[in-house]
Amino acid sequence: MNMENILREGSAKTPAVSFDSTSGILELKGRSIPENSVEFYKPLNDWIDSYGSTPCDKTVVDIKLEYFNTSSSKCILDLFKKLERINLKGTEVHVNWYFEQDDEDMEEAGEDYQAIIKLPFKMIEVEEI
Amino acid sequence: MSLEKIYSLYKTMEQEKVILSFNGVVTADFLTAVLDIMENKMSNLNDSPKIKKKVFNVLVECLQNLYHHIDEEDDLKKMSKRSKSALVMVVKDMGDFFVQTGNYIDKKSVSILDERLKKINSLDKEDLREYYREVLGIGNVSSKGTAGLGMIDIARKSGNKLEYEFLEIDEEFSFFSLNVKID
Repeated sequence: MNMENILREGSAKTPAVSFDSTSGILELKGRSIPENSVEFYKPLNDWIDSYGSTPCDKTVVDIKLEYFNTSSSKCILDLFKKLERINLKGTEVHVNWYFEQDDEDMEEAGEDYQAIIKLPFKMIEVEEI
Repeated sequence: MSLEKIYSLYKTMEQEKVILSFNGVVTADFLTAVLDIMENKMSNLNDSPKIKKKVFNVLVECLQNLYHHIDEEDDLKKMSKRSKSALVMVVKDMGDFFVQTGNYIDKKSVSILDERLKKINSLDKEDLREYYREVLGIGNVSSKGTAGLGMIDIARKSGNKLEYEFLEIDEEFSFFSLNVKID
């Protein structure tokens, strides 16, 4: 699959992004608090659309966010909806939602998405993200 | 400001236990700077990581609400200086934190905001969570992706009722004061 992967370093306001079309592993890690989240997430959503035409058999989505603002939360939902659309059409999508020990807010956030999204969702508690 | 007023303001800040205070136009750079300072300040405090995170999160949402409020105006140049500025304060009183903001708003926006805040304050923890999911799931994303979730999230993180007031200033403006308690 000749697709350019996305590899972005994290910043004070945006997460590190690693979307790999060869391994089928998509990772978001860090903090997501950009003022304009639509601008940040658009290329990620576009990438998923392209990836969906020739995906790996298995797509693993690792969400390792320490915190995200409400501006990002809608964009993250849209990202999940894109993944929903490509699921079971040439690929099996699995979502791993990581959260830190005692972080009820992030745990609840994961559960909120789990309730809205029709994708296999795994909640993973770790000591530190 | 005259010299005596400097001291008087200083004493007021001390009495009110203000640990951070900013006044100005909430640009993206301003926002980044305030958050940076707040993060550093918080790392030196002895409170639990949990409450520090909540305070930081509430501050992010309040600041971004202010930022988007300014951004929504059609013509920044036409906006009077007054409608672009905001006051942001963080207060620490024993173990409790308060994030307080003040800004001018168009009188026409008051009733919508008032209704939204009244609704948020009427909901208990579980209902608030449901309401958040509802708005998240079907909310309309503005061009900036704000989705109307900000205040709901602030209320959830705070765990307390949002205290607020609208002060009528003149024909065009009211002043919106918000006090968010995090304990």
